[in-house]
Amino acid sequence: MSGTLAQPLRPDGEIALVANRMRHDIIRMLAAAGSGHPGGSLSATDIVATLFFGGVMNYNPDDPSDPDRDRFVLCKGHAAPALYAALAEIGYVPREELLTLRKLGSRFQGHPDCHCAPGIEVSTGSLGQGLSIASGLALAFKLDAAGNGSAREKRVYALTGDGELQEGQNWEAAMFAAHRNLDNLTAVVDLNNLQIDGHVTDVCSLRDLAAKFEAFGWHTVAACGHDVAELRAAFAEAEATKGQPTVIIAQTVKGKGVSFMEDQCSWHGNAPSAEQAETALAELDQAEAALVAALKEA
Amino acid sequence: MAKATRAAFGSTLVELVKEGVDVMAVDADLAGSTTTAAFGAAYPDRMVDVGIAEQNMIGVAAGLSLAGRTVFTGSFAVFGTGRCWEQIRNTVCDSNLNVKIAPTHSGVTVGPDGATHQMLEDIAIMRVLPNMRVLVPADYAAARAAIRLAATTPGPFYIRLGRATVPEVYNDDFTCDVSFAHVLREGTDVTICACGVEVAQAFDAAEMLAEEGISCEVVDVMSIKPLDEETIIASAAKTGCVVTVEEHSVYGGMGSAVAELLAEKHPVPVTRVGMTTFGTSGDPDELLAYFGLDALSIAKRVREVLGR
Repeated sequence: MSGTLAQPLRPDGEIALVANRMRHDIIRMLAAAGSGHPGGSLSATDIVATLFFGGVMNYNPDDPSDPDRDRFVLCKGHAAPALYAALAEIGYVPREELLTLRKLGSRFQGHPDCHCAPGIEVSTGSLGQGLSIASGLALAFKLDAAGNGSAREKRVYALTGDGELQEGQNWEAAMFAAHRNLDNLTAVVDLNNLQIDGHVTDVCSLRDLAAKFEAFGWHTVAACGHDVAELRAAFAEAEATKGQPTVIIAQTVKGKGVSFMEDQCSWHGNAPSAEQAETALAELDQAEAALVAALKEA
Repeated sequence: MAKATRAAFGSTLVELVKEGVDVMAVDADLAGSTTTAAFGAAYPDRMVDVGIAEQNMIGVAAGLSLAGRTVFTGSFAVFGTGRCWEQIRNTVCDSNLNVKIAPTHSGVTVGPDGATHQMLEDIAIMRVLPNMRVLVPADYAAARAAIRLAATTPGPFYIRLGRATVPEVYNDDFTCDVSFAHVLREGTDVTICACGVEVAQAFDAAEMLAEEGISCEVVDVMSIKPLDEETIIASAAKTGCVVTVEEHSVYGGMGSAVAELLAEKHPVPVTRVGMTTFGTSGDPDELLAYFGLDALSIAKRVREVLGR
């Protein structure tokens, strides 16, 4: 990565470890809140971790509003706990404050509010709007760079859900971003094939998502959304792709990392009880031990 | 010279850029009608046409504003507020962005295009939003002042612009602040609060009634949110009776805002004149008469209110 705000390149295993820590935080904060969305937060965790800690995004850990930072738009705002965990990991907010999630007076609303906590670029949560916002940002950064030849063209990353792509506004934005050749825009689809009412393929199928985006003029990359190396390669390919925006179609498992939540529709919008949280955290501890051991071997 | 309020849109944006104000416009395939095309012709890099996609128009404007731009959105009022209301609510207003919603073709004076294109609920759905300010300019000079005010005041604005040519109410050098109501004509028997195209109609009605010995005070309630409470209450206190007139639904518009204010702070009888149905096709002047919004109809309502 170029630019003064480039983040250190850390081994894949370290990023996986960070993601595991974020999953811990997600479970802890949701259990404390007593409500919220574990499934989609856990499916998105590795993607968010790779973006922020895998050297993909440029940002300033000491200044969340650094004007030269790349931007992250969490289109699927219900995965707010994954974003909040990343903000704590960066150090923008104290980790223990995450436990105030969804409580009166907390900086962490159920869906992200940009006036509350540092590092939240825009209020989201109403599905389907993020890709348009990201497109406007990307266009502005292209205009900025054109007006100032020496400036780095900032990049914009938008994370959408797959069910979210049923919202028509996404396709207005897809058409627009391709028409404007916004190659500084990368969308990631968290393709976990679950939405509130069931499997996306049963409720209203997206069919061939890659073909759809390609028909709209996007470059598409397929990746496993839980494999840091694959995600990094996909982001590198997106950055190297010129003249068109890129979408990374990331195959994911809803509830990833907590076996009893995995691929279960019922965990879309239900918080774990204290007991369930304990089981989940124990499982994450085991995974952590394995990751640490693997890192030592490497 | 009498012009439509929409004519101020593109030309004022050009003026602002020349003065060093960093504005952009996003429109949705109606740039010729809204006059943002004139702005785009002068500054191609500052004008974005997203095609027929109003929801994306608001999202793109939001993104541009997040990158530091002051952004005006166009389209027709029915599409530029109605089709994308929730985008305005959840993206623009919740994030308190520097996006100015300024669609044209509001009210029945859109004319022959008919009911689907005549927006009569926009004031209601915009003024209900937190962080949103609502301005309804009465003429070209007021529209220019409203656009200039919005461009230089941070945060969301709604500026209601129209298609039809309207008589001059103000001088070219007119300026206004965020909460603006103005007593255009002093009187003692009744206050007529009007906004937009109805200001000139109310003024004409007051002239007619003067000949009958009825003294009307005409107040241009250009800023519907926030209201200039002091000016409105002072006038109501003076006349003891208020008639509101707007080419908008009587539910939730300027009349409702004035009635809410007076009910809470200075109760006097209030009669709201406006729309309760959809519009229809016709020429703007014909439509104002047909729906009881022209000077003659307003004068009649005022007589009824006063029992004369």
